[in-house]
Amino acid sequence: MIAFENAAYSYSGGELLSDVSLRLAPGSFHFLTGPSGSGKSTFLKLAYAELLPTTGRVTLFDRDVTSLSRDDVARTRRRIGIVHQDCKFLDHLSLAANMALPFTVSERESAPQDLDDLLDWVGLSHLSSALPPQLSGGERQRAALARAVIVDPDVILADEPTGNVDWEMSLRILTLLVELNRMGKTILMATHDLNLIRQAKAQLQARVLRISNHRIQLAGADL
Amino acid sequence: MRPPAAKPASPATRALQVVPPSGPTVWLTSFTAGAMAFLCVFALALSLASGRLADRWSEALARTATIRLSAPPEQVQLQTDAILALLATTPGIASFRAIDDAETRALLEPWFGPGLPIEALPIPRLFEVVEADPGYDAEGLRQRLAAEAPGALLDDHTRWRRPLAEAAGRIRLLGVLSIALIGAAMAAMITLAARAALAANAEVIRVLRLVGAKDSYIARAFVRRFTLRTLVGATLGAAAGVAGVAALPAADAAGGFLTGLGFTGTGWLWPLVLPPIAALVAFLATRRAAFAKLKELT
Repeated sequence: MIAFENAAYSYSGGELLSDVSLRLAPGSFHFLTGPSGSGKSTFLKLAYAELLPTTGRVTLFDRDVTSLSRDDVARTRRRIGIVHQDCKFLDHLSLAANMALPFTVSERESAPQDLDDLLDWVGLSHLSSALPPQLSGGERQRAALARAVIVDPDVILADEPTGNVDWEMSLRILTLLVELNRMGKTILMATHDLNLIRQAKAQLQARVLRISNHRIQLAGADL
Repeated sequence: MRPPAAKPASPATRALQVVPPSGPTVWLTSFTAGAMAFLCVFALALSLASGRLADRWSEALARTATIRLSAPPEQVQLQTDAILALLATTPGIASFRAIDDAETRALLEPWFGPGLPIEALPIPRLFEVVEADPGYDAEGLRQRLAAEAPGALLDDHTRWRRPLAEAAGRIRLLGVLSIALIGAAMAAMITLAARAALAANAEVIRVLRLVGAKDSYIARAFVRRFTLRTLVGATLGAAAGVAGVAALPAADAAGGFLTGLGFTGTGWLWPLVLPPIAALVAFLATRRAAFAKLKELT
């Protein structure tokens, strides 16, 4: 599904990730940990072709990212739901319109019932007409998660989705991700919250990846 | 109980909605298109008017000629009769006549004032010749006049007609060139506005790319918005321009070139093509700018 083969990424200032080899199996749940600035976001950007590896190979759905055209990248991203810590929305559109955005840009019709169900699922039905600036941090994160899954992607990449919310909301977001994983979605979640990882591991078979010294290794109980 | 669902917007409308509706480029694009269309109407009017003038001068002068007779007083009548007889037997002449003293006086009145004692002045006698189709042999007529009426001189207006027609033709060309320049300036302005809008909406573009939007979709959203703004601005500008041209004095009333600057007949339909052309220019300029800018941004 998503595979790294001896992939590395260097900024002009030096190497950030080196010799990364990893394969995300369908239906798996991975946490990605590491200190700030260790390269978690860079790893995720490589995983959705925002960045290209400087050496090695990254394949998305069996296609080398370097061979993807700009349109191919767009099409591939429709199979990947992406959630950021600073989840961005189109502030002039309602929450419902923002959630339907993946449908809008792929020029497909979203079923209104699906949209309503999704809003129910993330507990935001009452805010469907609200504009994004009117939402709290937790509401924005849940809305971003709903937007990421509305087109039924195969993989969900979440970059510190609980970074700006309280513990209760973190658990709620984690629960949503666990539910998605049980529905067969592949999840990769970057976080530095070890308590959250423990909570997740109590509920499902999750693997923990740690970035250390520019490399990725299995951590904790997975070692 | 759920609120009733609003009627879903069409894909085109939704594509339009992904671009924030406000921003400084809104009025800039519409204003530019409006101003350019307004100027274009006048350039079009100038071009069409000079075209009409060139045709009129060419046609009018080409079909008539003047014979000027300057002879000693005792010879005037003799040579007049000779000229009239000669013209009557020249093939290719539709009609001819001698211009009488009253008409000659009227011709000179704008320069010398009324009551000109024309009999006391050495004013040449004039003959108007109207050409048939096909015309007469001007060189042959000149030679016969030289033989039978030595004081007569044939002026077929060539030396007047050519520079006048050339001047009018050049004015027409200038009008067309002005329209092209206005179109190019509008394309440049809209390109700048589109690039500014794209740069200002970098975050919007990032979100759209993140959820799987292709460059063509993002570009289309911007292109539609700019094309519509241009169409509206150009329509208003063209309407104002047409109103301005319509408000000019009628050519028949004043009789001058500037007052003849306007449209006649189906010419009034020409300004209708300006808004669609402006929209097409905006479409092409924005599309080009959008794709270039998208490659820079992501």
